[in-house]
Amino acid sequence: MKFTKDHEWVSLDGDIATVGISKHAADALGDVVFVEVPEVGKTVAKGDSFAVVESVKAASDVYAPVSGEVVEANDALSTAPETVNSAPQADGWFAKIKVSDAAELDALMDQAAYDAFLATL
Amino acid sequence: MTDQALKTTPLNAAHRALGARMVGFGGYDMPVQYEGVLAEHRWTREHAGLFDVSHMGQCKITGADATTQFERFVPGDYEILKAGKQKYSLLLNSEGGIIDDLMAGRPDHDGLFVVVNAGNKDEDFAFWEANLEGDAKLTVLDRALIAIQGPEAAQVMAAHEPILAEMGFMECARLMLFGADCYVSRSGYTGEDGYEISVPADQAERVWNTILEDARVKPIGLGARDSLRLEAGLPLHGHDIDPTTSPVEGALTFALSKSRKERADFNGAERILKELADGPSRVRIGLIVKEGAPAREGAEIADADGNVIGKVTSGGPSPTLGKNIAMGYVPPAYAALGAELKVIVRGKTAAAEVVAMPFVAQRYYRKPKTV
Repeated sequence: MKFTKDHEWVSLDGDIATVGISKHAADALGDVVFVEVPEVGKTVAKGDSFAVVESVKAASDVYAPVSGEVVEANDALSTAPETVNSAPQADGWFAKIKVSDAAELDALMDQAAYDAFLATL
Repeated sequence: MTDQALKTTPLNAAHRALGARMVGFGGYDMPVQYEGVLAEHRWTREHAGLFDVSHMGQCKITGADATTQFERFVPGDYEILKAGKQKYSLLLNSEGGIIDDLMAGRPDHDGLFVVVNAGNKDEDFAFWEANLEGDAKLTVLDRALIAIQGPEAAQVMAAHEPILAEMGFMECARLMLFGADCYVSRSGYTGEDGYEISVPADQAERVWNTILEDARVKPIGLGARDSLRLEAGLPLHGHDIDPTTSPVEGALTFALSKSRKERADFNGAERILKELADGPSRVRIGLIVKEGAPAREGAEIADADGNVIGKVTSGGPSPTLGKNIAMGYVPPAYAALGAELKVIVRGKTAAAEVVAMPFVAQRYYRKPKTV
């Protein structure tokens, strides 16, 4: 699992990247009440806002950690957005992206680097 | 996260000790949440929530001319307000726009005790300083303000001071509470029964901690304060009402006293009376958003055909209703209860219905009538 400075995570299996928001991000947001996942078939570029997560107080953009085509979205979040709080780095995934350039992951942080990054915040 | 420019309330250390997440609000470093907005919201609706609202402005307006001078800029009848009562009102500019909304009462026999919004208090105080004439005198009070709200608030407070249970909604008093000289009113900003207690700054932490010792009470942050007031249909100044909005547009005509309308002797009376007679060009409404994302401040409101007719001024999920609710402005032709409208959130159009406010029934304590 790798992380961005915007607190998204990405886990690569073959050329399919599962993406979501980190536990740190989910904790910081508080109670998630709504998630807007991307449409299947949509092409996203790394850094694009591709999903929205909403707490009671505010809506926050989620940025694509890698470029590619959305091949699956976690529609279960529409009825159970709280999964983002209870299992942010597992069942609370947002979408699966067929990556167009796996080398993009090289620039992301591994767990140790992300932990070190969080410690600087 | 620490912003040196932010002011602190006398309870800042208490919030940090409770593990609150702090944010800047109205120029103050304030707790947005302790355990979480949803849990705090529900706790307040079911038990009793304790809020630090010391960022709000508190002042006294005193002198023989206090009431007549105060009334020049508000549309409420304070001349006939009895000692022990308070009234919601609006500080109006000469165009009838709402500079601020406020509570003003007579907790004692020394003029009016006034509470105004944090973000506007410097402007309000400067306004009164510049405009009060005769011997009316403004005294800004450096006090903490603590609110306790919820269905168990009255029982909690009665355990400390039985006389508080005898106060009715919108009654106020100056009394010794927890050994401190306090102004207390039975009012609040959640739609629940409860009190707002003005405490000398140096006594605030002790009073706060004493009230919190009761297991029925939990500290509640500004996050839940906002979702609670939204459910109660109460406008937030700077968002739902502002200096361009009139009381008629803001659906706050209850704050226009009959006698004052007849006398037409307050700031902006011309516009306000004209709007009462002819109807305003826009009016604040409540919406239930029937699908999709919460519609928040800035989201457009459209008619059934998709033509934009107004904007949402605040909105979000209602934890009590389990639905997304919003307030906003539309022309009166679209404001009928049950009208089917649309909201546009991030380019997506969703069905919405005009509903009565409050969204969640208010549970203020009304004293049994005695003749």
